[in-house]
Amino acid sequence: MTNEQLALKAVNVRRNILKMTHAAKCGHPGGSMSAVEILLTIYGHEMNITKENVTSNNRDKFVLSKGHAAPVVYGTLAEFGFIPEEELLTLRKLGSRLQGHPNMNTVEAVDMCTGSLGQGISTAVGMALSNKCHKNENRVYTVLGDGECEEGQVWEAAMAAAHYQLDNLVVVVDFNGLQIDGDITKVMNPTPIDKKFEAFGWNVIDVKDGHDLDELQKAFEAARSCKGKPTMILAHTIKGKGVSFMENNAGWHGVAPNDDELARALEELGGNN
Amino acid sequence: MAKCATREAYGKALAELVREHENILVLDADLTKSTKTSMAQEVAPERHFNMGIAEGNMMSVAAGMAAQGDVVYASSFAMFATGRAFEQIRNSIAYPNLNVKICGTHSGITVGEDGASHQAIEDIAIMRAIPNMRVFQPCDERETKAVIKAVYESKGPCYVRLGRLAVEDVYTDETFKFELGKGNVIREGKDVVILASGYMVQQTVGALEGLAAKGITPTVIDIHSIKPLDEELILEKCKDAKLVVTCEEHTVIGGLGSAVSELLSTKMPRKMLMIGLNDTFGESGTPVALMDAYGLDSKAIVEKVSKALGE
Repeated sequence: MTNEQLALKAVNVRRNILKMTHAAKCGHPGGSMSAVEILLTIYGHEMNITKENVTSNNRDKFVLSKGHAAPVVYGTLAEFGFIPEEELLTLRKLGSRLQGHPNMNTVEAVDMCTGSLGQGISTAVGMALSNKCHKNENRVYTVLGDGECEEGQVWEAAMAAAHYQLDNLVVVVDFNGLQIDGDITKVMNPTPIDKKFEAFGWNVIDVKDGHDLDELQKAFEAARSCKGKPTMILAHTIKGKGVSFMENNAGWHGVAPNDDELARALEELGGNN
Repeated sequence: MAKCATREAYGKALAELVREHENILVLDADLTKSTKTSMAQEVAPERHFNMGIAEGNMMSVAAGMAAQGDVVYASSFAMFATGRAFEQIRNSIAYPNLNVKICGTHSGITVGEDGASHQAIEDIAIMRAIPNMRVFQPCDERETKAVIKAVYESKGPCYVRLGRLAVEDVYTDETFKFELGKGNVIREGKDVVILASGYMVQQTVGALEGLAAKGITPTVIDIHSIKPLDEELILEKCKDAKLVVTCEEHTVIGGLGSAVSELLSTKMPRKMLMIGLNDTFGESGTPVALMDAYGLDSKAIVEKVSKALGE
């Protein structure tokens, strides 16, 4: 798949993030929209997941460590045919497979239950370590929030991944600079995130524009060629990316758009899904 | 009589299991020699991972491995395995219903001299409250080996509570019978039913002579499975009981006593006596001194049961 095709999908995913959180009247659009290109690169270029092998453990796995960004995963899975697009509007509703935070037991293509911050990266470490142990070549990908790096468990996981030389693990930090209570450097400064991972023994790649599909693709390729170390890609992103009144606004962390906001946002995004 | 700590029996059983099954991975948090996972490490070092002093990460790592199809035995002291890592167990392991066997050693006050910081007395309560989680506490070497092997075959998460102290055998090869989740009637009696778990089984057996001297001949049941509870057996055996006694080396809040009370109070109310720790921390001391000081030894069982019958 070309990045031109993925760019079209990015518009669809953003529209769906807004439509599904609007339908649910709650959810986390801001941090979902910042990770759209990251998810599309992972599913579009990196992972060997197919409809045929989706139920198998013998494939690459993805863990959304920042589980509240579930809409970006559901939207991406819909783009690649793992979830019917019309099902997206059931997000967060009673009986839906699309739980507020991802559940691996309701959606085949979801690889872990996440939502409690800090735990997803550790489960990804467990998957990667299992693969190493069984000489399985599949890779493991995870997306971590920047605010999530305030959780001590992230650093326990970082230590373990470097200790066991998990070069089959790639962690992307969605560095949008905002958490629920505001600017991450004001709430509890986790920066410099790159230097911390470096100090823990990781290969660190800086992606200056985390919405640039070409730059992201190159970073993942570079990660693949790094041996003996896990890779962290620090992707500089914009919370609420794509909708002017949502961009860089912590207020859109956990609030759904109303009817008027949805209409304005969809118009601004363009596209037609 | 032979003595063996249940942690030691765990180590032996796990070493046998990893030899037989390639899909078992073992995790420990810098306590391999104490939890006895070192025995499995000797057999299959490539499938034993020391996760360092980071129990929360260890439990989530275990979940990730289980999601890949491995059967994971994750160990630390009961205090840190279930206390420090409670939420990782709840959200990473139990909610996805993953195949992780959490084996916590050094439970209860018989940890001894290390004192209250290391004496897990709430672990049954907190593990029992988690959906999907099952809770087992074997009493001696034979039963521990049986539990450790049975949970390999039984899919899903569970917590196995193990002890540091070397304890007497309750069973012989002739008397031992085992089915995961089923209580074992050690002795049939009348009027009083004592339900005991873990090391309290030995204490209860040790109290029988003293009770007999007071004319009390209880039915004694070893409850190795606190969740699921063997409801059928308990309801049947307690039918004619004037007093139902629970014995546990654990706080009476949320443990075996609570589990039995939840059953009986809703289906067949009986007068109960709950022997356990009464909302108190332990302290340093020898295991024998502590069992005496906190009213959990055979002598205390005789006194408490006869007093409760007299009331």
